[in-house]
Amino acid sequence: MKKLIIAFLFVGLSTTVVGQKYLTQSGTIKFFSTTPIEDIEAVNNQVSSVINMENGEMAFTLLMKAFTFEKALMQEHFNEKYVESDKYPKASLKGTIQDFNKSQISGEFVDFIVKGTLKIHGVSADITITARLKRSGEKIIGTSTFKIALADYKISVPSAVQDNIEKEIEVMVNMEYEKLD
Amino acid sequence: MKNWTKLFSLLLFGILLNTSVSAQDELLDLLNEKEEPVTNYTIATFKNTRLISGHSVETNGQRVLQFLIGHRFGRINSGWRDLYGIDNATIRLGFDYGLTDNINIGFGRSSFQKTYDGLIKWKFLRQKSGEENFPFTATWVSNIYMLANEWANPDRENYFSSRLTYHHSLLIARKFNDWLSIQLMPTTVHRNLVATQFDNNTVYSMGTGTSIKLNGSLRFNVEYYYLFPDQISSLLGGEEIKNALSLGIDLETGGHVFQLHFTNSRGMTEKYLIGETTGSWADGGIHFGFNVSRVFNVRKKEKK
Repeated sequence: MKKLIIAFLFVGLSTTVVGQKYLTQSGTIKFFSTTPIEDIEAVNNQVSSVINMENGEMAFTLLMKAFTFEKALMQEHFNEKYVESDKYPKASLKGTIQDFNKSQISGEFVDFIVKGTLKIHGVSADITITARLKRSGEKIIGTSTFKIALADYKISVPSAVQDNIEKEIEVMVNMEYEKLD
Repeated sequence: MKNWTKLFSLLLFGILLNTSVSAQDELLDLLNEKEEPVTNYTIATFKNTRLISGHSVETNGQRVLQFLIGHRFGRINSGWRDLYGIDNATIRLGFDYGLTDNINIGFGRSSFQKTYDGLIKWKFLRQKSGEENFPFTATWVSNIYMLANEWANPDRENYFSSRLTYHHSLLIARKFNDWLSIQLMPTTVHRNLVATQFDNNTVYSMGTGTSIKLNGSLRFNVEYYYLFPDQISSLLGGEEIKNALSLGIDLETGGHVFQLHFTNSRGMTEKYLIGETTGSWADGGIHFGFNVSRVFNVRKKEKK
């Protein structure tokens, strides 16, 4: 009996280890806030992400300090006051592409729904987004645009600058995955 | 046997539950394993390029122009007729500009003694952790001052060089944690013209400052310049020279930093802090003052 349990344990573990994975460590995530007072735009070109093509599971991770802004002071305030990068250096997402089958991915973009958990500023929140995937030679290209509410991640904006920053920030994701050997 | 099946199904259920959660975690772990170590540069050791009246280690970023307005009112103990000092304000207007993220130049003019000043500031070491480590940030500041007021003694032969004063500071600061930064600032001031032969032309001082973060936008600051003894013996305006102590707060609102403070020094640069401070905290010889700082991005940084 014990052997059987152990055998099952191994089966359970090994199925998740084996699989066809696609990886990138230089993905791009941008975010925007547009208000009549000022526009804020930041870009991070060092986003890591992996997709398991067997079951549609995916993960993202990035360093908050790798976001660069046009204005040096904005970047400092972003890290120091808003997302507190010294305390919470990373943001991550783990999710699953719904109703995924790798045969659906072709040379044209196909829309998928991704459900998962996004963690920013040490706060995890469930998220559902639309992502588009296509195959380009050996690569898998993934893009997505969605909005996140600052309040969901307990990112507070002082009243003095409340009109300068949107309550919901637009996020643009652009990934080029390569097959992981 | 029944128990066994129960246990078994429970275990199986547990494994299934586990795998569905841990598969994603495993992907995250995979990403974390692949991560390369990075160097984390310390940011926001202080809120402004000035701690209170003197410099902090901070510099403006490249192509950032900072407009500084400094105001010091008269002494609080001057009584109701002067509205406790409000009537006697002095002002310094200045610009600092980032040639690079670490090298700034600046220009200013103080109404007190009609002084023009020009400065160069270089942040040559940065506190960092992670792959590379360094315990503190270090900045050098050199400043030249030109007094444009009328000669105190017009009857004798006066030289232009007598209008000049210089100061050099080495600023060393460490941000210990999220809320505490401490700075040391050994400083020397050279005055080409001094009042008597009993006053040194070059005086030495050790400054120390601290900044305590109260919340994201608000800080409490202390700045103290200790003048080593027996360097200046003559009185200034009938008063002894004292060490400069200033207490203040920073309030940051995006592009602006407002600094409100109490200080026993009337001037807003190191020249006055060291060797020309005469107010006494004990007697209420202190000034209320404020700095307003606004930054402008002169040219947009090229996008990567």
